[in-house]
Order: sequence, then C-alpha cells, then structure tokens
Amino acid sequence: MADGRTTIRFTLNGRPESADVAAHENLIEVLQRDFALNGARVSCAQGLCGCCTVAVDGVAVSGCLFLARFADGAAIETVESLADRDALDPIQTAFLENAAFQCGFCTPGFIMMTRELLARIPDPSDDEIRHYLSGNLCRCAAYPEILKAVRAAARERARVAS
Amino acid sequence: MTQTIAPALREVTRSVPRLEGVQKVTGAIEYIHHLRLPGMLYGKIVRSTVAHARLVSIDTSAACALPGVHAVITGEDVLALVPAPYYGPAFHDQPVLAIGKVHHVGEPVAVVLATDPHVAEDGADLVSVMYDELPAVFDEVAAAQPGAPIVHDVLKPAGTFADLKHLQGKRDTNVALDAQVRHGDIATGFAQADRIFDDTFTSDQVMHTPLEPMVSVAETRSGKELTIHTASQSPSFVRMEVARMLGWPENRIRVRAAFLGGGFGAKLYIKLEALVAVLALIVRRPVRIGLTMEEQFYTITKHGTTVRMKTGVKNDGTIVAREVETYWNGGAFADIGPRVTQKSGFTAAGPYDIEHVALDSYAVYTNLPPAGAFRGFGIPQLVWAYESQADIIARALNLDPVAFRRKNALRDGRPHATGTIMQNAKIVECLDRVATALGWDEPFDRGSGVIRRGRGIAVGLKASISPTTSVALVTVAADGSCTLAISTVDMGQGSDTAMAQIAAETLGVPTESIRVVHSDTDTTPYDMATLGSRSTYHMGHAVRLAADDARRQLLALAATYLDVPAERCACEDGAITTADGRSMTFRELFVKRFGMQAGNVVGSGSFEPPYAKPDAAGQSSNVTPFWMVGATGVEISVDTETGRITVDRLVTAGDVGRAINPAIVERQLSSAAIMALGSSLSEVMVFEHGQVVNASLADYKIPGMLDVPADVRAFLIEEPHPSAPFGAKGVGESGSFGPAPAIANALHDALGVRVREMPLLPERVLRAIRAAAGTALEEE
Repeated sequence: MADGRTTIRFTLNGRPESADVAAHENLIEVLQRDFALNGARVSCAQGLCGCCTVAVDGVAVSGCLFLARFADGAAIETVESLADRDALDPIQTAFLENAAFQCGFCTPGFIMMTRELLARIPDPSDDEIRHYLSGNLCRCAAYPEILKAVRAAARERARVAS
Repeated sequence: MTQTIAPALREVTRSVPRLEGVQKVTGAIEYIHHLRLPGMLYGKIVRSTVAHARLVSIDTSAACALPGVHAVITGEDVLALVPAPYYGPAFHDQPVLAIGKVHHVGEPVAVVLATDPHVAEDGADLVSVMYDELPAVFDEVAAAQPGAPIVHDVLKPAGTFADLKHLQGKRDTNVALDAQVRHGDIATGFAQADRIFDDTFTSDQVMHTPLEPMVSVAETRSGKELTIHTASQSPSFVRMEVARMLGWPENRIRVRAAFLGGGFGAKLYIKLEALVAVLALIVRRPVRIGLTMEEQFYTITKHGTTVRMKTGVKNDGTIVAREVETYWNGGAFADIGPRVTQKSGFTAAGPYDIEHVALDSYAVYTNLPPAGAFRGFGIPQLVWAYESQADIIARALNLDPVAFRRKNALRDGRPHATGTIMQNAKIVECLDRVATALGWDEPFDRGSGVIRRGRGIAVGLKASISPTTSVALVTVAADGSCTLAISTVDMGQGSDTAMAQIAAETLGVPTESIRVVHSDTDTTPYDMATLGSRSTYHMGHAVRLAADDARRQLLALAATYLDVPAERCACEDGAITTADGRSMTFRELFVKRFGMQAGNVVGSGSFEPPYAKPDAAGQSSNVTPFWMVGATGVEISVDTETGRITVDRLVTAGDVGRAINPAIVERQLSSAAIMALGSSLSEVMVFEHGQVVNASLADYKIPGMLDVPADVRAFLIEEPHPSAPFGAKGVGESGSFGPAPAIANALHDALGVRVREMPLLPERVLRAIRAAAGTALEEE
C-alpha cells in the first residue's frame, strides 16, 4: 500500500481475520486497535515482563516485540480465546480459586504462559513452574498463589484427562 | 466511637473472592491504559537531558514540520493559558512544562502531539533544547548544607499544610521541611547511658514499577469543562488541584479512575493530570499521555535516605536515649515528601519505650527525579535503621535480639515519643509470632563451606495518616439491589471487595450482590486518597455509616407498613423482618411507598477521625487513629564467594485489628514482604550525572518467580480495634516494614558482618565479608 501499510491475514482465536499494519507496528497494537482485545498489554515494552504474552502458532511470545507483519499466515491466540462466555478454562478457574492475582495487569500473561507450560509438561515440578514462569513479572508479588494455581490447574487437567 | 459489634458476622470475616476476579482472569477488566477516545491525540514528552540548567531555547520547527504532528507545546504555550502553571500536594513547585529552568534529568520540557503515537515519538526526537548548565547536587546530606547548589530559588509551600507555612518565600535552601520531635531531655538521657551507639544507615532510591504504566487522558468539549480519565489513586485530589491551578470551581472538572494495574504510591496526588488537562484545553482535542517503563523512573520514586541513629543504653539493655537525624532525598520536586518527612519521621525512634528522644527529619531537594509516597511511606527506610541498630546493640550487650526488643517494646498505656499514649498496638505479639514461627529458640542449620546460613527479625511501627476525610454513598434501587459509590481506588489491594463486605454486613445482603461504583468525581463523593493503608479504616467507617443510614431509612419505611417500631425490625437477607415472623422485601417496600417499582433510598456516611495536631516539639495527645505493626522473620543463605543472599523463609506477622477478608489480608502481608525483597536485595536506581542508567526492567531487578522464598507465611494478629469499623485496621504496608533489616540481621547472624547500605547487593555483601576477613576488595 502507498502509505507503507500491508494487509496481513491470520487466524485470531480460531476466526480468519485480516488487518492493515505498518511495518513498525507490533502485534499488541493491532490486537487492541483493530480487534478490541485488551488482555495482552504492553508494560515494559522490552519483552521482559510477560504482560503481553500471546501464542503464535502455539508458541508463547512477547507480543510487544513481535512485529504484526510476521503474524501473516499465523494462528494467533490470546487470553480471550480461553473462556467460552462464562465457562472458564481450568487454568483461569485455578487462578481465580487460588487468588493468584491482585491488580490483574500481569494475569493474562501468566495464564497464557501456564497454558504453554502445561501443554509441554502436564505434571510440572515446582522448579519447572518457577523456571517456566520466570519471564513473567507480578509487581503485586502474588507468586506463591500463582504457584498454587498452576499446580491446581495441572491436577485438574489430569483429572479431566483420566 | 466504640460500637457494638454484632455477635455473628456473616459478610465481614468471610474470605469472599474478589468481586472482579472473573474480569481479571479473562483480561476483560477496565484499565485507563486501554482507553482510546475518538479524535484523541497521543502526547510524547520531550525530557530534560541535564540535571540542572537554565533553559536557553527550544526549537520545535523540525518536529512541527514532521508529517502527522498536530502541535508541539512548550512552557510558553502553557503560560499563555495558565498564569501560574505550578502544582503539587505540599509545594506548588512542579511546572506543567519547564519554565526558565530544569531541575532534574527527565523533567518534561515540551510535548509533541500526534494522532499516531509513533509519530509523536519521532517528533519528540526532533525537538532541540539548548541548556545553560548549572552546578547540580544529588546527595541528600550535601544538599542540606550551606553553600550547596540551590534547586529552587524560592520555596513555595501549597498552604494546605499549616506546618509548612513558615517556609513561604524562604530562599537559598534545599530543606523543604525540618520536622522535629522532642520528648524528655536528650542530654540527660545520654548522660544516663552506659553505652552509646552511633550508626549511619543509608538506603538507595528505588521505583514502584507499577506494571500498568502511569497514564492520563483529558478531554473538553467547550474549553470550560474538563474530563480527566486517569490511573490515579487520588481522583478527588486531582480535581481539587487542577481546579486550583486553572482558577476554576471544582464542579467543572470531572476526574475518573478505573481499576489500577498496581499503584504502590506511584499514582498518588497529581502526576500527569495537570499536563493532559492543559494540553486538552490548548488543542481542544482529547489528549492521552501514557508513560513508558523508562519514563516512570523519572516521574516518581521512593526516597533515598541517610539516617544517623545515636542510641544510649544501660548495660541491662534498657534504651534510655535516642537521637535520630533523617535526610530524605526528595529529588527535584517535593511531591508528598514533606509529609513523609513529618508523618513517618515522628516514628523514627521505633516501637520502643524511650524516655529521652530527639528526632530531626529533613525533606531535602536535590537534582534527582522526584520522590514521594512508596508502599510504607518512609517507614521501611526508618525500620532499616532502627532495626539494624537494635541487633547491633543487642549483640554488643550479649543479649538475645528478640529479648532485647521485648524488653524495650512500647506497651499499651505508655507514651510514644510524640506524647500520644499507645493503644492497641500489638508490637510484642507480632514479634513473638514471628520468633515462634522461626523456631527462634530451637537449633538452626548454619550451613557449611561456601554457603552459610543465618536468621534475623525486625519489627516496625507506622501511624495512620490524619486528619483525613472519606465520604460514601449507598443507593438501594427499587428492585432492592444495592450500589456503593466510593472514591477508593482498587489497585489490587481488594478494596472493592472489602468495602462491599462492610456494606453487605450492615444491610444484611450478600457481598456478591453489591455493585461498587468506581471513583468518578461526578458521582462518587470525596475521599482524601487511596494511600497509607487508610481505606479500610477511614472509608470503611464511611461505608458502614452510609449503609447504616440506608438501613435506617428502610427500617423506617417498613415500620410504617408493618406497624411495628423500627427498633423491633431486623434487616436481613434483603428484607425487613419483624419478631413475629412477618417480612417485606426491599422491593416490596419501594412498591408500597411509590405505588410501583420506583424511587431510591440513598444513605450517606462521612468520616473523619479525631486528631490533635502536634506542637512545635512534635507533641500531640492523639497523633494517629490507629497504629500499624508489622514484624518480619527470615532465614537466609549467603554465598560467601559471591555475596549473594537467598531468602529461604519469609515470615510476616501483622497487627490487623480484625480481618474483613482474611484471605486477602493474609496475602497483603505476604506479598508486601515479597515486594520489599526487591528494595532489600536487588533494586537500586543507578545514576550518572543525574541520569538513571538502569531505567529498564532489564537492569533494574524486581522480584520474579525465582526470587520467592521456598517458604512464605503470614500471620494475622487479630484483636478488634475499638475505634475501627468492625475492628479492622489497614494492612497494605505492614509486611513491607521489616524485610531489609531482618535480612541484614540474618547476614550478621550468619557471618558476623554488618552492612549499613540498603539494598544488600551481592557486591556490598561481598565487600563487607572480605573487609571483615582482612582481604578487602579494591574500591572502584
């Protein structure tokens, strides 16, 4: 396009979508501006806090460092894909029941990262949980409750699977 | 103020899950961060690159020529609209944009406005500013000395605080407040002492790093009114202060907040709001300014401090005299620093019963980024000093550190250094709970080889902020549903839930059925601010009074229709019931009263605690409505080759009065302690010529998952406070008081070395270890 914008086509939370994006725009800007998806948020803008975590082709990435143009052809999933109206995902339920958040700003990032963790390691040890989530920061420091929530989510997934 | 507490509490004391929990786990919750208005311009601030300078010129031509730039605004444009564009809660010292001079690196000099935030950012790089540099001063002690470079030519106290009035028009000083407490006679006290300990403790400047970065959006339709949407802990104050600065009545300004993505004191009083208000009035379009994480480091911080603590003791361990000089590095603008200086300064002698006390607390301007309120409001810096020294003294006298503290602890009925008689402060109880949890009298694994282990404790005391006012409204709709309108801001502490519990308890309805309306000065009444752990007590009272007012009105209606005296009716389960078993639901009352489902019952409540203003010697018969007490115990491992400290156990005990929501209260204590591990061990703003060289989460280390101790526990010391709503005290900061000195004391316990600088960076610890071993590391 004349102003340097490109049309990208991708799957967003299971639906085919398209967006006109500039070369410098990151994925979070596009999700917020064009799709009103605010679960992933830019905080540190350097890929260090994890507030902007989304899944691209099944891999958790820092959306603030992910240029929107690279999403062309990809499958994007955000925290908004998890709940089916009021029916929460077991990870969300576990975060809720274990009070694994205070202000909530970092929560979708933790939940998306936990989702990837449990997909790869269904029954993680505490050490594995700590290391996997070490790139997500919670300034309210709800870490002990987050640990509990991840354990609970793993148990619930195992129960459902059996 | 003593109230009868109902024997059976149904809503209060229940661990109700946060009312907004589902919105938080689904990502749907509202933060101002996400607000976009039609036609909105994004502002990018051009910031000073020097610490102290006269402004020579600002060339905006290249930025204005950049396609997409709507306007570039400087201090001159602001002056054309506002004759005195200065703001601040204690001093009117902060210009909307720099005028004449800059006082710190990062001070806003100009703003570039564009519809595309990236264009605004590019434009900001094109603004060229010429400075004529002045000598700068960064150290708080040096800045307080005669002959230091002067940050502000003349002091401009706001006039709202009586104890600052004497500073009006004062020149050639950086001392923005000198607060004193004199209790007994300090010379007599030192003359009685067998031993005198004189130590200086410092703490570095740190930053709150709320993950929702500071953001404000302003809009105006006529240029004669304003709406400011802001991630603020104090919308009522923002309205007052912007109105004052513009010379408008308050009712032309509407300030609203949503949920906050963390606050910790960073979003208090007035930050970006004056700037976006003026910008919106100049360009007549909505304007948003959202900071980057880096910019937050230049906007508000926690005071770096130097505390000199001189203490006289008897050989039996009785403290007889304590003299404390505290220098608070306030940075370039006072913000609320003078209040930190006075309100926390008066507790600098600690939770101890000392006959002779002299406290001097100085708020000092420097050319660093401004400092203000940070979780604990100055208390952690003071506890760092007095609890480090408590162990120094105890060890020197061969006394057990817990026994030494117990011996000297302030008991109820004894006078605090301010003259206020102590009441309901569970100092010994918190201390004992932590000691028991650590197994203080039991054998302890001291490690071996490179890794050595130690344990330490600390206990701190904080006064509540006073005098302050809170107002609440409870509205019962004609279907019986209840709405609570308050200006308390929920920034993660769970206030929506706790306040709904208080209203629900009073009205006899389930907490989950109550809707809490968020702070909006057009609809929610005044509240001083969400700070200093004051909401539970102050707003809690107002909410209880408002709900009680609504309840009485419902009872009066029911009494008429049921033909029984109101005092023989009860309000429970959304209905008014009589002793003989009859009842009317709230809805039935409205239908009866208005002939249809219509109308409202509105209850209001306003609360201001009793308070006696301290005299010139800091003496007051009632200096605080309640005391907060927090104790910390830790077990640590120290790597003697690297100086790295790992906290293995972190135990907190807090005097909470009565927990409105025990689960939330417990986590407030433990999470405040974990957060404080950052300023205790790793967080430090590193400066070069006033510039923060580590203003990024890459180089500024806040606690993450791997830093959380394996064992974290919090204990509630509960004894309902007689003057508190349902006996509940504030608890948001108590866990932050003790971690740093507890760790320093544990380090001493492990290795016999004492570090007097907070944070306990590995390099500092290693230097202390090597110096003690006679193999000191070279200085840098």
